[in-house]
Amino acid sequence: MREIQASRITEEVARLCMEANFELEDDVRRALEKALETEESPAGKEVLRQILENADIANGERMPMCQDTGLAVVFAEIGQDVHVAGGGFEDAIHAGVKKGYTDGYLRKSSLADPVRGGNTGDNTPAVIHVRIVPGDAFRLWIVPKGGGSENMSRIAMMKPADGVEGIKKFVVDNVRAASGNPCPPIIVGVGIGGTFERCAWLAKKALLREIGSTHPDPFYADLEKELLRLVNDTGVGPMGLGGRTTALAVHIEVAPRHIASFPVSMNLNCHAARHKYIEL
Amino acid sequence: MAEYSMKTPLKDEDVRKLRAGDTVRISGTVYTARDAAHKRLVDLLDEEKDLPIPLEGQIIYYVGPSPTPPGKPIGSAGPTTSYRMDPYAPALMDKGLKGMIGKGARSTAVVDSMKKNTAVYFAATGGAAALISRSITAAEVVAYEDLGAEAIRKLTVKDFPVIVAQDCYGGNVYEDGQKQYAR
Repeated sequence: MREIQASRITEEVARLCMEANFELEDDVRRALEKALETEESPAGKEVLRQILENADIANGERMPMCQDTGLAVVFAEIGQDVHVAGGGFEDAIHAGVKKGYTDGYLRKSSLADPVRGGNTGDNTPAVIHVRIVPGDAFRLWIVPKGGGSENMSRIAMMKPADGVEGIKKFVVDNVRAASGNPCPPIIVGVGIGGTFERCAWLAKKALLREIGSTHPDPFYADLEKELLRLVNDTGVGPMGLGGRTTALAVHIEVAPRHIASFPVSMNLNCHAARHKYIEL
Repeated sequence: MAEYSMKTPLKDEDVRKLRAGDTVRISGTVYTARDAAHKRLVDLLDEEKDLPIPLEGQIIYYVGPSPTPPGKPIGSAGPTTSYRMDPYAPALMDKGLKGMIGKGARSTAVVDSMKKNTAVYFAATGGAAALISRSITAAEVVAYEDLGAEAIRKLTVKDFPVIVAQDCYGGNVYEDGQKQYAR
């Protein structure tokens, strides 16, 4: 049985919350630089230039790329042969979020009560998704998630008869309707199948994937490629000002479904696309 | 697309010059407000009470900055999505508000109010918050400190970079731009 100290989890989560907000990930930077080369719209190009300059300033001055430093979403894969010692696992994550958002001068955007309000003051609680897996690995993904792109995310309980064409229409219509609101160029996470809540989880999980990666199943890899083309053909463009770069990537995750159900979800991420990974 | 430098407060003739797609660098005073502050302002108007900030000729920037680190006037301060303020904006324009800065398109009711009141809607680049904060030279909380990031701040800005997203004639950079690049 491998032992991991809760205090170590807290320290790593705090560090990654800060780094995720200060540093543009390499995969996102590469995709934005490529977009700057191919974008046809002058206004779109100017937005892309500003985004890249902003990333350099944020990194150099250790300040957040975006003032909306998000709710802290944490995905964890914990080997069943790992023992977390010296404190609770979830408590350790929340403590890390509190420390990272306080020490890093990150914005606290968490309201304690969704209707009556009241800021929790330290951006806790984190939104935690855990899977217990064989072995003794301990993997964390820290995904600070902003409100602008989250608000444009959608789920539909479609009919099985809607099929692939239904999926395409759902994604393209919703990206077009979202327009400039989710801060394009966006990453489109698509969940297909599962139950209602599994489907939403799949779309979020799709945002963890590296830009440039493709689905291992060629059928879905082709669908990702086609959806990216269709989404970019909307003309929404950087910040909705019009252009050929509406999305940097479309990632699909799938799960088995009920014979009567055809859930499809779309979780959008903005161009900051913050995601950090660590294995302890 | 023209380029302008403008000082606040804005006059009707300033607003009338501007067309969707123009670039503007704003200098002077800008007030911040987002969801919760807007609700309070409009509640005060409904009760016919005085507001904690002047509106005549002013610009409201939809932003909730990150906390101010030591040695800086403000933290990162990019625009938030504007449609959430659509239910409140017409009431503020009726009281003299001339400009709004945010990101994303506005409702028909807001556009109608912009035409009626000769007001303009600017867009700043969402997510370019560290870059934008460089054009903010001073910031002080002037109302609703209990709202934290959502408190109303008086910002002093110099050459704050925006484009005219929607003008007082119904011009709309989102519609025009997207049509041009759709296939």
